[in-house]
Amino acid sequence: MATLGHVTPSSKFFDTPLPLRSGAQLRDYTLVYETYGELAADKRNAVLVCHALNASHHVAGTYEGQPKSEGWWDNLVGPGKPLDTDRFFVIGVNNPGSCFGSTGPTHVNPATGKPYGADFPVVTVEDWVQAQARLLDALGIEQLAAVLGGSLGGMQALSWTLQFPDRLRHCVAIATAPNLSAQNIAFNEVARRAIVTDPDFHGGHYAAHGVLPKRGLRVARMIGHITYLSDDVMEQKFGRELRAAELGYSTQEIEFQIESYLRYQGDKFSEYFDANTYLLITRALDYFDPAREHGGDLARALARATAKFLVVSFTTDWRFSPARSREIVKALLDNRRDVSYAEIEAPHGHDAFLLDDPRYHGVLRAYFDRIAKEVGR
Amino acid sequence: MSERRDMELIASLVPPGSRVLDLGCGRGELLAHLREHRQCTGYGIEIDDANVLACVQRGVNVIQLNLEEGLAIFEDQSFDVVLQLDTLQHLRNTESMLRETARVGRIGIVSFPNFAHWPNRMRVLSGRMPVTKALPYEWYNTPNIRVGTYADFEVLARKNGLQVLDSFGIRQGRPVRFRPNLLASVAVFKFSRG
Repeated sequence: MATLGHVTPSSKFFDTPLPLRSGAQLRDYTLVYETYGELAADKRNAVLVCHALNASHHVAGTYEGQPKSEGWWDNLVGPGKPLDTDRFFVIGVNNPGSCFGSTGPTHVNPATGKPYGADFPVVTVEDWVQAQARLLDALGIEQLAAVLGGSLGGMQALSWTLQFPDRLRHCVAIATAPNLSAQNIAFNEVARRAIVTDPDFHGGHYAAHGVLPKRGLRVARMIGHITYLSDDVMEQKFGRELRAAELGYSTQEIEFQIESYLRYQGDKFSEYFDANTYLLITRALDYFDPAREHGGDLARALARATAKFLVVSFTTDWRFSPARSREIVKALLDNRRDVSYAEIEAPHGHDAFLLDDPRYHGVLRAYFDRIAKEVGR
Repeated sequence: MSERRDMELIASLVPPGSRVLDLGCGRGELLAHLREHRQCTGYGIEIDDANVLACVQRGVNVIQLNLEEGLAIFEDQSFDVVLQLDTLQHLRNTESMLRETARVGRIGIVSFPNFAHWPNRMRVLSGRMPVTKALPYEWYNTPNIRVGTYADFEVLARKNGLQVLDSFGIRQGRPVRFRPNLLASVAVFKFSRG
């Protein structure tokens, strides 16, 4: 299969304030986005890809001069790939609050002239969808062929069907849930406590002190990473393997390979991710719960949705288990909506949605193939 | 059951415009047929990956579920018709699935290989298990973990308080209404909760 080759991000400045669910607003903001493929003359072939926790607008392709800068869903999006950029115009957009270019905590707060830091307002999945809709307005796209997302991205795709039911034909929600469980929130809380109790956190205004709460971020990422993998995969990859031939009888040193791996992942993450963004995004995850305004009744919440749905889950995903996806499916069935549901037997846990599993990609390819025919591509 | 004429015969039992649930829908042919020729809507339930993929390719709504786990995802009487074609004999929880079918649908339609079809009887009389077009497996590798007869199903339906609305056999794509227990390779029952 061909690759997209080199891609370049674009950015768009919005000077109309963005009202947020919290009651606060972003006075102005910039969204960074990338597009792949060509927008058809009738503009019916646009697909929006929503990103998950630590991803960005850079969905596919590479940046010139950086051969390892492959987009996070490059195995899915490109010419001849399941989401085929020869047929679809694919948009990746970075959400407000992120640390990858769109206005976020590291940017200057127009009210103070200093970086937002901890003063960046709490953003929700719903706020992100509002921001994304404005980008579509700017691109002149009235209706999307599909909105696609995995994990937190899947929550955005669901939110699209509720906030803008007429603006998308299909919703593809992968490895996601209608809200977080107490266990999910608990993991988020441990990650947040790791960050805010780092001595370098300084109430979120670490930039003003010229430091970064890297220790906290490392621990947060280690916790997160454990939840993305399945027990089996971790066992298979690392087991109880030691780094040295003998036990070291130390409590401080890395002895098991899994420790080494988690520390490596944590270190890498703390080099590029912003701590305030981590706090904001995990909070957005905690808050997402479309059924809340309907007394906890998800079927009533989804009654507004008119899109056709494809829901996909993975059998070993314990972070967003198949049972959580089936809740979405049930609510759609109760509303007599068009929905297909694939429960993919994959060993990789939550991470499976980013991997190139033939059964999973086969279903997505078949589904997007149908959408393409529907929109005349 | 894969034969087209069998399918059309069963499809003719489904009232036009029905909301249909097809349990063990395979590659979604029947649902596509019902959609195109009888303006039906609905969903298929399927466990096999390749069949799920075929349904998505065909544009049929398919839900990947294991029928052994029941139909809790569906509300009472939420479908006009629940189909269970060539499926029931593969399930361990045959009786509870039959009750679930009657709970979820206003009408249930079941079909399965009729073990009492006369060639099968001859084969058993000769001391061997039958291997026929309707029962194409050896006893040791058959996915049909339940073998029953047309007459047996009447008893099971009665036991579960189901009202049989229609029943007949099928042989070579044609309905068999005269002595179906002896003369048909496939049994078909249309029933309601009674």
